Formats: sequence, C-alpha cells, structure tokens
Amino acid sequence: MSGQSDAMPSDITAGSATRDPYVLGHPSGAGKKGSGDQLATGHGEGGPASKFVTVTYGFWIFLLSDIIMFSGFFASYAVLANATNGGPTGKQLFDLTRVAIQTGLLLTSTFTAGLASLALERRSVIGTQAWLLVTGVLGALFLLLEGQEFITMIGDDAGPARSAFLSAFFALVGCHGLHVGLGILWLGTMMAQLWVKGFRADILRRLHCFSLFWHALDIIWVAIFSLVYLLGASQ
Amino acid sequence: MTDDTASSDASRDTHDTAPGEETIARNEPAAGLPGYLLGYGLASLLTVASFIAARTGLIYQPAVISALVVLALAQIGVHLVFFLHLTSGPDNTNNILALAFGVLIVALVVLGSVWIMGHLDQNMPRMKPQQLALLTLCPAGTLRLASAVNRPAACR
Repeated sequence: MSGQSDAMPSDITAGSATRDPYVLGHPSGAGKKGSGDQLATGHGEGGPASKFVTVTYGFWIFLLSDIIMFSGFFASYAVLANATNGGPTGKQLFDLTRVAIQTGLLLTSTFTAGLASLALERRSVIGTQAWLLVTGVLGALFLLLEGQEFITMIGDDAGPARSAFLSAFFALVGCHGLHVGLGILWLGTMMAQLWVKGFRADILRRLHCFSLFWHALDIIWVAIFSLVYLLGASQ
Repeated sequence: MTDDTASSDASRDTHDTAPGEETIARNEPAAGLPGYLLGYGLASLLTVASFIAARTGLIYQPAVISALVVLALAQIGVHLVFFLHLTSGPDNTNNILALAFGVLIVALVVLGSVWIMGHLDQNMPRMKPQQLALLTLCPAGTLRLASAVNRPAACR
C-alpha cells in the first residue's frame, strides 16, 4: 500500500498545495509513518510556535478580555436604558447624522489600517506610513465628532449626572472613545518607531498587534451604533 | 531580522498562523486587497441596512431590535473574516477557541444581566406614594432610612 501511494498520488493530492494549503491530505509522506503530520499545521508537530505567533496570540487574549470588559458596560447600559429619571431620552438626544458620519469614518479607518498592513507586507515604507497616517486622521476626526456630541449633551443639561441612562451611556461610549484616543497615541508612536527603526521583527509584531486593536475597536463600534444609537433613536 | 530571537525562530513552527495573519488564506477570496475591498463593501452595505431598518418604517416596529441585532452580528462576522482573517483552518483553531470562550462570557454577562434585572424590575414593588414624597421633600442625602417609612419628618 505504501509503495502504491508514493507512485500514484491519491485524488486529494492532485490539486497540489494551492488546493490543500493545510496538507490535510498528507501527500508527501503517505507511506512513511508520521511524516505527513509534520506539515499539517496546528498540531504542535512543527516545534514551538514562533515569537510572532505567541506575541500576537497573547494580544488576541488581551483583546478578548477587553471585549469582555465592554460587555459589562453594554449590560449596564441595556439594563439602565429606560431609567431616564424624567430626563431626556435617547430619541431626543441622539443625532443620527453625526453617528452615520462617525460610523463611516471609523469603518474607513479600519479599511485603511488593512491597507497599511498590506503595504507593510510589501515592505513599502511610504505606503505603510501614508495609510497609517490616513487611519490616524480618520480616527481623530471620529474623536472630534464624539467630543462635540458630549459637549453638546452636557451643555443641554444631559450630562452623565442627569440620569442612570446617561451615566451608562457616557461610561460605554466614553470608554470606546478612550480606546480610540489611546489607539491614536499608539499609532503615532508606531509611525515614529517605523521611521527610526525600519522593518525590524519587533516593529512588525507591534504593528500587527496595533492593526488587531484597531479592527477590534471597530467591532465594538458596530455594537454601539446598532444597539445604543439606532435602537435608542427608533424606540 | 535584527531581532535577538531571530536565530531561535529558525527552529520553530513555521506553519502556524498568528491571530489576524493571512499567510495561508492567500488563495482564498478573503485575501489581499480584494479581500479588504469586499469586506469594506459588505460592512458598508450592512451599516446602511441598519440605518434603514432603524430610520424608516420598512420593518414592523417591535421587530426592529431583532433586525438590528442580526445586522450587527452579520457585520461583526464580516469584520472577523475579512479584516481579522479568521478561518476555519486547523492553524486558526486556537484563535477560534479563544474567541468562542470570549463570546460565551460576553453572552453570559449581557443576556444574564438583562434577564435578571428584567425580572427584578417586574417583581420589586413600586415605592409607596408617601415614601416617594419623603424622597422628594428631604434635601439630597438627609433622609434617615431607618425611620423614613413611619415618620413624615424624617430628615436629618
């Protein structure tokens, strides 16, 4: 049997690596015991994971714990959304035009962050820096609109102290805004590090973690604009 | 690579994928620039659909919340696949399992809070009118709770 499969590849191996990228068909070592598993990924057979994988995986765990922290804010908002204490409701306060612009800005910035990581893969300094800059500017515009919204609301006697609903609203949306602000700071330091140190392995790891962070922020914003703004304004 | 671990990385597993990395998905539609464009387009479409669902009378009002939740989940899925490059491949098993655990905790926290607090809201008796009157008569923070129910002049 082993000789036969060496000479005549099975149907699975016919498409080569492009059709079987994970080498699940074990084409090369069909007769030799265990040799096929060495190429199959995710089994720990290829030795310990590289530093790029372990660092990024650690950051992935951090992002998930961050999202769990946000779920606490979401839960308190969901519970307190109707506790307006006779004060203004979301329907009266939320300006959906601004929210639509904010959503467009953040979605576009997550797209340009993706373009920056594509330029990073090509090792293009100019492309990476330019797309990172666009990402940061879009994020800053987003923050500007959010700050404008908060100032308007506080000026209209709808600050976080007005009702439990507004406390929960400012805590949730403000926490996301804080994350965006910290992300912009991180982005600036990454641009400076890339400028000075070039495409070093540690810089590549940090940039990859940053792009994960930025995509995760947009995922949280999806939940905020749907379940806070749109739901609040439609009720 | 000038990193000090570069030499030891040579002996390491080169077939594993970091979260968000798209080395193996290169032959799939979600890879490269077309993948990002596709994700951007789908996410924009779902965003517009969410705004339409909430702003127009297209959807029966009590069902708007379901529509918004479904559209948000769909968009989160688009982000995970096209921007974070999650796949069902074996090299992504660890990332998927960590994500699944995070989703479990998020669901427990959010749905559990809404469920429990909804029941508390239904089952706790409303405040009696005289209790409410006390709360509004006394200046903030001067109510003596122990005697508040019985005596009208319960302010400090």
